[in-house]
This record gives sequence, structure tokens and C-alpha cells, in this order.
Amino acid sequence: MCLTGLPLIFHHEIDAALGYAPKPEAHQLGAQKLSIEAIGRAALADHPGSVLQYLAWDKDEPASVTAFTNTAVDGAPDNAVVKSFDAYTGRPLGLVGVGPMLIVLKLHTDVFLGQPGKLFMGAMGLLFMLAIVSGVVLYWPFTRRLNFATIRAEKSRRIVWLDWHNLLGVITVVWALVVGGTGVINTLAEVMLNQWKSTELAAMVAPYAGRPAPSHLASLDAVVGNAMKAAPGMDVSFIAFPGTPFTSSHHFAAFMRGDTTLTARVVKPVLLDGENASVAAAGELPLYLKALLVSQPLHFGDYGGMPLKIIWALLDGLTIVVLGSGLYLWWVRRKKTRRVARPAAPVLRLTS
Amino acid sequence: MKPTSRRAGGWLRVFGIPVVIGVLSLAGLLSALLLDEAGRVFSWFAVGLPAAIAAWVFASGKL
Repeated sequence: MCLTGLPLIFHHEIDAALGYAPKPEAHQLGAQKLSIEAIGRAALADHPGSVLQYLAWDKDEPASVTAFTNTAVDGAPDNAVVKSFDAYTGRPLGLVGVGPMLIVLKLHTDVFLGQPGKLFMGAMGLLFMLAIVSGVVLYWPFTRRLNFATIRAEKSRRIVWLDWHNLLGVITVVWALVVGGTGVINTLAEVMLNQWKSTELAAMVAPYAGRPAPSHLASLDAVVGNAMKAAPGMDVSFIAFPGTPFTSSHHFAAFMRGDTTLTARVVKPVLLDGENASVAAAGELPLYLKALLVSQPLHFGDYGGMPLKIIWALLDGLTIVVLGSGLYLWWVRRKKTRRVARPAAPVLRLTS
Repeated sequence: MKPTSRRAGGWLRVFGIPVVIGVLSLAGLLSALLLDEAGRVFSWFAVGLPAAIAAWVFASGKL
């Protein structure tokens, strides 16, 4: 997980360098953006026979709109086509999130096994956290006679690695627990979303219970306009079309973001009638979904600019060293206890 | 770094510095999330501290 996570810290930059990050064309000052309806039409025209699932607006790329199309509104996530469209011309700019980084992402999140794979990775994450806690407990007997950051360079290779293992482990423990814990929370994203749908979302749309899917869809511009009126001062992060996993079968859901690092992540849902775009309900996400949204940046390390990403990579590297040295120490110890009856093996000494 | 000392230390000697580093890490992780620009800059130092310590111990061992 540490190995596949390392390149993912920079997935934005790597995608861009490999040409998998669509860039909007340059536009003249004062150029008019297309209506959202027109963008939606452009996305469908680009993929005849499919339906729109989501339209998303990236805070840092205002000149493009990302459209998710699929074979059906509740089609499998792996069948979704995610494509970027120019907000001014509606021209397709290219697929988003394909390329080699997608393979790395799958290896990191569900090992190509879908939800069971995610839960498996979550269990691995829990074991990782357990290992960290046991390491902190063992830190005491191993270092209580030593000053902090002592590396006994004159001793055997095993002792030197033990000292490095203890030092690197104890200084990265909080970061590793946070990244591990938020990673485990992320594996439960789908479970949490389903929980929200069956409880709070169901309550929000209770007056509409039993209504069929909309026979025609409301204008997307009315959906976005009404959502922004319902959440003053906020911007649309994405809209989910009726029937998709993020909303009811009859409603659009607009997820609104604020403009600070935190409020940009902790979006607020506005539900709108699928046929006439009138606001049906607006509210807050429950605590567990807020926790999920806050835990995502704490796992990815993508919320403090490039310096934080580099630090994330360095700490990931240190964690790999801790895991590797831990494995080495365990192996050496096992070998030693096996040979306990034989004469002691010559001790390897580090020459400086 | 000072090698082994005979006196067995208390909790504070063993876990004192790690706890300070841990608290700083946590503060840095949250500050970038909650305090925008100033918190961002603080996080680079606070979260980056372990990497700096590792580099420093490594470098001082080679001298």
C-alpha cells in the first residue's frame, strides 16, 4: 500500500506529464461560457446511447466541465466514461483518470475486486495500524536506556537497523496512523453512502415516495441556478442525475462547496425535482459522511500545495524503510532462534 | 548523538521528544485543513519535521 500510494500522491502531476490530464483551450477575455444544458448535450452527443450520471466542476479548472456518462444512470462505476469538456465551446478535451495511474489506483484501493477488495484493503489498513501501535509499545523496552535518536553505529548490522527502525517509526507514528486510519475510513465510502441513502436521503425525499423516475429532465441550468439560490455564497461541486447512487430516483442532487479548504471538501446537498428543478430539500450531510470527506485530504495529502505532497512522499518513504527494517529484524531474529543450539554465528560488523 | 547511558530514564526521556513531534504533526495536519494559507505554511514545517530529523541523524552519523 505504501508502494502504490507513493506515485498516487503525485497522480495529478504524473497524469499531466503523460498527457492524460485534459487541458482547456485558451479563451479570449470576456468570452461567454456555454449553458450547462449545452454542455450536457455535447457530452451525450459525444457518447450516443449513453446517459449522464454526473457533471462536475473542478475549483481549479473553471474553464472545463467533467461529465460522467454510463450505459445507465445506475451503471457500474467501472463502466463510467469520465470526460472533460470545454466550458466555452463544449468541445471534448479528453478522458479523465485513465492511463497507467488508474491501474496503480485500482491496485491501491480494491486490487480490481470491487467492494470486497476495498474491504480487504481496509482490513489490511487496520492491521497496519495495529502493527504501529504494537511498535510504539515495544519502543519503550528497546530504547529506555538510550537517548532519543541514538544510532549505535559501532554495533552489529542488526542493532543499527533496530535503532533506525525505532527512530523512524516513532517520529512518523502520528502521520502513519492518520494516513492509515483515514485510508480505512475511505474503504467504507460506499457503505456510508448507502447508509445515507437509506436513512437521511430517504427522509428528505419522503414526500416524493413512490414517484416514478422523471419522464423528462429539467433544464440543467435551472437545476444549477436553483441550487445556487438555495445555498447562497456556495458553488456547485457536482450534480448527480436522478437514479444515480448519490441521489433518489426522482431528484437531482447538487453538492455545494464553499471557498475555504474545509468547506470546499465538506459539501452540502441540495435536492431538486428531476422534472421541474424546484428545490425539494437542502441540508447538511450526516457526521459520518462529513468525517469521510474530511478524511480524504488527510489520506491523499493533496491539501497543502506541492511542499506538503513532497513531505507526504518523504514520510511514505520513511514508512517503507520502517516496514522493510521491521521485516528484516523479524527475519534475522527467526534465523537466530532456529540456530540456538548451534555455536553462535559470527557477528557481522559494520565497517564505517 | 550520545550513545548508551547507564541510567534508565523515565517516560519523559523515552517518549518526551516523540510526543512533541507527534503533537506537532497532528497540529500541522489539521492546520493546513482549517487555517488556509498560514496553516499551510505551518504544516510544511510541522509535518515535515520527521523527515528533517531523519535527514539530520543520517547526515550526522556520516560525519
